[in-house]
Amino acid sequence: MTQMTGAKMVVQALRDQGVEVIFGYPGGAVLPIYDEIFQQNDIQHILVRHEQGAVHMAEGYARSTGKPGVVLVTSGPGATNAVTGITDALMDSIPLVVLTGQVPTFMVGNDAFQEADTVGITRPCTKHNWLVKETDKLSETIHQAFHVATSGRPGPVLIDIPKDVQFATGTYQSARQAGKGHYSPRVKGDLEMITHLVEALETAERPIFYTGGGVINSGDAATQLLRELVDATGFPVTSTLMGLGAYPASGKNWLGMLGMHGLYEANLAMHDCDLMINIGARFDDRITGRVADFSPNSRKAHVDIDPSSINKTIRVDFPIVGDVAHVLEDMLRIWKSRGRKVNKEGLTRWWAQIAEWRKVDCLRYRNSDKIIKPQYALERLEALTKHRTDRYICTEVGQHQMWAAQFLGFEAPNRWMTSGGLGTMGYGLPASIGVQIAHPEALVINVAGEGSWLMNMQEMGTAVQYRAPVKQFILNNERLGMVRQWQSLLHGNRYSHSWSEALPDFVKLAEAFGCKGIKCEDPADLDDAIQEMLAYDGPVIFDCLVEKHENCYPMIPSGEPHNKMLLGDDTGEDAIKAGGAVLV
Amino acid sequence: MAAALNIQKGTSKLSAYDLRDPNADIEERHTLAVIVDNEPGVLARVIGLFSGRGYNIDSLTVAEVDHTGHTSRITIVTTGTPAVIEQIKAQLGRIVPVHEVHDLTVEGPSVERELALFKVKSSGEKRVEALRLADIFRANVVDSTLESFVFEITGTPQKVDAFGELMRPLGLIEMARTGVAALSRGT
Ligand SMILES: Cc1ncc(C[n+]2csc(CCOP(=O)(O)OP(=O)(O)O)c2C)c(N)n1
Ligand SMILES: [Mg+2]
Repeated sequence: MTQMTGAKMVVQALRDQGVEVIFGYPGGAVLPIYDEIFQQNDIQHILVRHEQGAVHMAEGYARSTGKPGVVLVTSGPGATNAVTGITDALMDSIPLVVLTGQVPTFMVGNDAFQEADTVGITRPCTKHNWLVKETDKLSETIHQAFHVATSGRPGPVLIDIPKDVQFATGTYQSARQAGKGHYSPRVKGDLEMITHLVEALETAERPIFYTGGGVINSGDAATQLLRELVDATGFPVTSTLMGLGAYPASGKNWLGMLGMHGLYEANLAMHDCDLMINIGARFDDRITGRVADFSPNSRKAHVDIDPSSINKTIRVDFPIVGDVAHVLEDMLRIWKSRGRKVNKEGLTRWWAQIAEWRKVDCLRYRNSDKIIKPQYALERLEALTKHRTDRYICTEVGQHQMWAAQFLGFEAPNRWMTSGGLGTMGYGLPASIGVQIAHPEALVINVAGEGSWLMNMQEMGTAVQYRAPVKQFILNNERLGMVRQWQSLLHGNRYSHSWSEALPDFVKLAEAFGCKGIKCEDPADLDDAIQEMLAYDGPVIFDCLVEKHENCYPMIPSGEPHNKMLLGDDTGEDAIKAGGAVLV
Repeated sequence: MAAALNIQKGTSKLSAYDLRDPNADIEERHTLAVIVDNEPGVLARVIGLFSGRGYNIDSLTVAEVDHTGHTSRITIVTTGTPAVIEQIKAQLGRIVPVHEVHDLTVEGPSVERELALFKVKSSGEKRVEALRLADIFRANVVDSTLESFVFEITGTPQKVDAFGELMRPLGLIEMARTGVAALSRGT
């Protein structure tokens, strides 16, 4: 049993957990920990410019590696600044361990300088959190925190550490010595229910796999098993925004993303299927549209590690609580042992129907040789980068995000980082830095909107300081495009506060930060400009001036079922009905 | 239809689930027993869950029940449609310091008791009547002055309600209730 200070324990526990990088920002209540960080070289500390940035970087790090991201911030404002990022990680099930400093235990509750009730504020936005009052409990708590963050449905956890606990000496427990507590979510699915589902697979005429972020969170085995199951059964597969890359975009059974801005064929297949197999997705309202009309004639299966996801919004016929990889393994084994049966005739008709839907060519848009269309910009970016297997894409939130999901193809998991559940503008830039820190040699691109990008642009300083060659590909429509789109569909084209009158000169901004700026406004120059961005060995801010009035289609208006999708040609004012108008 | 509800086998001794329509709109009253680690903030987590997700709390009691294991038992009486009740249980189950969630309403017969104190101020006939009713309800007098009594009553919430209704016209001026404690019958 080793004696050491609490501050030393923090560093030792992180080392024990195999942590290589932490993202943080110092302040009075974490100075002892920063002093320990100064005196070692095992763990790299990335100094951010704002605590929200630290959390999004840790999210980018976690999503692109499958390992938990670690954040260190001070008490009070440090902790409150981290709240948006923590909530983002909770909504998207991203494992994070956030360490916050706190005023000394004897001052807690006295409205001390930079005191905030951090565990109170973050209780609803963490998977779990702890206030550690004794140095002897600190190392054990940190080890448990990693266990909780990474097991079951992953999520952010927070440990609040008062300054006197950091200074005091106590007994260090290694990860092995520390108990894991009783928390151990079930990973094996119910075999009887899996067998029932396999029986349904064998006879289904119009089956569809509807996959989500749970496949990616489950790990590489889940991805492999999904691919095997999809290819062996010949069933079509679609995915949520979170699940892109689990099944390759070039795979022959791929229908594209589903949901509010998903592909026509994917949404109609969801609506008309007779067997829906949800693997690691959660029937989010962006996916279901009007719940009462959601896929009315199907039997539904739901595989999820979180029991509370099952039957939350959509009642299912085959509820299976378990880890995706474990359940898929059992499903495949049982299906094979029963003779690998599928309804061949039914499937042939089903694929013929899907081929009809595909003819609609729902992503078509009117191109221009005068102005860059955002879709065209992404098509070119895709064409010029898709050969790079080490390509990682982050996005901000808005139209550009949906276009990126539609026009970029993902062949592997963990290559696509976007804020889905919370829809946090300002996510992409710091997330891209976190990805680049984890993969220094990779090509990391943040597809951004100018509005979102400005929300955390201070992090360009971090990118420059750590020579993270992130490419900020800004689709600059000088508009809060997604807000504008809703105003045009819902509020009679009254564009209330949805554009910026004073955008910065992004090229000069790049120079001010000490990186490269590129501006492009002519479609004829676009390829060369993208090549210039890719060739530059350092961070780039690419200001791509695009069409200002483009709307993103297809779109299922809020409160409508899947088969009431708007395509590019129907830009009606009353596209969203009164009932849907109250929805977001 | 039992399959459509997310229910693990063996949790229902009376197979009451089979009798319930999962899509019903009718609100049911359920008594839940939640075994939690007795650590700071655990009650806030449970209450925050109910307020954050808009569930009802009709009654909530909590106390440490296992001193060595540091576990507490939270008894919650809630109302909701069958779907909401299932959600509540699943949401409680994912709170990290929660060990077990029991739905006493469907897991078999159970007993529920509540303790209440009623202060009744009256004189003459009313005072005598209050005392007589207290006797019928087996309520104890735990404090008396020349113009008031404090009655202590233990029983099901319905019995406590009934006693309170009777005391109202007889000079009830204040009451305190503990909320429900509940256990399943048998072993
Ligand atoms: C922090 C935050 N504030 C507000 C919103 C609401 N919102 C959603 S999209 C959007 C506009 C985004 O504009 P921009 O980044 O330029 O992207 P575009 O839609 O133009 O591609 C806004 C304001 C949000 N998602 N996040
Ligand atoms: Mg914009």
